[in-house]
Amino acid sequence: MKARTLARHFRESLKSLGRNGWMTFASVSAVTVTLLLVGVFVLIMMNLNKVADDVENDVEMKVFIALETGQEDIDRLENEISVLPGVESVEFSTKEEELTDLILNFGDDFSLYEQNNPLFDVFYVKSTDPQQTEKVAGEISKIELIEKVEFGAGKIEKLFNVLNTGRNVGLVLILALLFTAMFLISNTIRITIVARRHEIEIMKLVGATNWFVRIPFILEGMWLGLLGSIIPIGLVAALYYNVTVYAEPRLKNEIFQLLEFSPFIYQVSALILLMGIFIGIWGSFMSIRKFLRV
Amino acid sequence: MIQMRNVYKKYPNGIVALNGMNVEIDQGEFVYVVGPSGAGKSTFIKMMYREERPTSGQMFVDGIDIATLKNSKVPLLRRQIGVVFQDFKLLPKLNVYENVAFALEVIEEKPEEIRKRVLKVLDLVGLKHKARMFPTELSGGEQQRVSIARSIVNKPKVVIADEPTGNLDPETSWDIMRLFEQINKSGTTILMATHNREIVNSMRHRVIAVEGGLIVRDVAGGDYGYEG
Repeated sequence: MKARTLARHFRESLKSLGRNGWMTFASVSAVTVTLLLVGVFVLIMMNLNKVADDVENDVEMKVFIALETGQEDIDRLENEISVLPGVESVEFSTKEEELTDLILNFGDDFSLYEQNNPLFDVFYVKSTDPQQTEKVAGEISKIELIEKVEFGAGKIEKLFNVLNTGRNVGLVLILALLFTAMFLISNTIRITIVARRHEIEIMKLVGATNWFVRIPFILEGMWLGLLGSIIPIGLVAALYYNVTVYAEPRLKNEIFQLLEFSPFIYQVSALILLMGIFIGIWGSFMSIRKFLRV
Repeated sequence: MIQMRNVYKKYPNGIVALNGMNVEIDQGEFVYVVGPSGAGKSTFIKMMYREERPTSGQMFVDGIDIATLKNSKVPLLRRQIGVVFQDFKLLPKLNVYENVAFALEVIEEKPEEIRKRVLKVLDLVGLKHKARMFPTELSGGEQQRVSIARSIVNKPKVVIADEPTGNLDPETSWDIMRLFEQINKSGTTILMATHNREIVNSMRHRVIAVEGGLIVRDVAGGDYGYEG
């Protein structure tokens, strides 16, 4: 195909948007509504996922070292634990530091214990995969001179179950929404093409090849998708900007944070734009197929 | 130009439209195809631009084998011939100029050449001054002239016309027929299906009468031959 012909197809597709004003409006509205839904849903799902990750990553084990263990042994233990498979980091905390923490968190009542500290020296251990915490804890507790390992057994399993279910449900919902969007949009585009099947027949009768007929329609689909993604991108960005501005000071001391406005919103915008374009092109392509047999 | 040997056409619903048709049409001829409705006239015409395909038999249009022509090559056939329809078949959203230019854009002709040739044929059919108007703003006769302009802008060797005056009043029909005569004078073969007895009887050309899927009469300079 000559560059001139491609330029013609581009011109025609743009003209056609104007000449089929109401059909353009109908298709763009359908794209806008569905992409807006998808966009808001992606915002929510991605942030839930982020929160879940943050909560997961906050899970750590408290490893109690037997009393009267010397500094040499403690160093040796630290090395031994840190080379275990699945261990990400090991942090040592003396029983004096533990007590200071306790007093800080629960008040001066605990200062009584400064004379006779009943606490243990401990390691704070994080595992590379939080879901493997239980297994790693088991490994650590087998080492000698380790008194016990605490990690909130039972509770975090429940937490992981909830988080995993949430993720899966979210994924299924997003896929279902995308499928509905594509169905809805390809149907709207089909209506606009059915209204113009006479045109397609004439093009074929004066000797146009299938691609000559198809390309302007496909480009038109692309413009519909592009136009339909503008409003969703704008609204989703504005919405998320306000959410982050509202949430940031309120979540300052929490273990979980929302995704930062930038670059997340650019990624979501690109996703919405690409989905719009893809849906538009795919919708046109699928709808025009059966009208080319003249 | 056009050869048919034992062409047979049976539709999927069992109707036999052509029942072993033989015909030979030479370059530069002007041929009327007449006959009652349902006689196979339309099928005969539609095969010329491969809207229908023969069930069996041999058929050539300008040397192209219609029976074995691949779907992907059909556009190439249609660029060799011009087609004029009873209902004009103009693109409603393109203006007169664009409708005619479309047939050249399809073959990726150079823009300056398109402009030159479109203006020339619009001049020929007398519609140069209405180039920017849309089909709905034109009378039936004018629309048919646009469609004729479109059919000849490619400089085809043959123009196929399927009842081109069927939707027009008598006065306008004569204008259209004079245009076809003029096109024929320049050497273009014309094959026209028609029900218009007065025209066939006064503008004398070869007449092929089709009945029951067969050619029952083929007379050079013949008359219409059917009652009213």
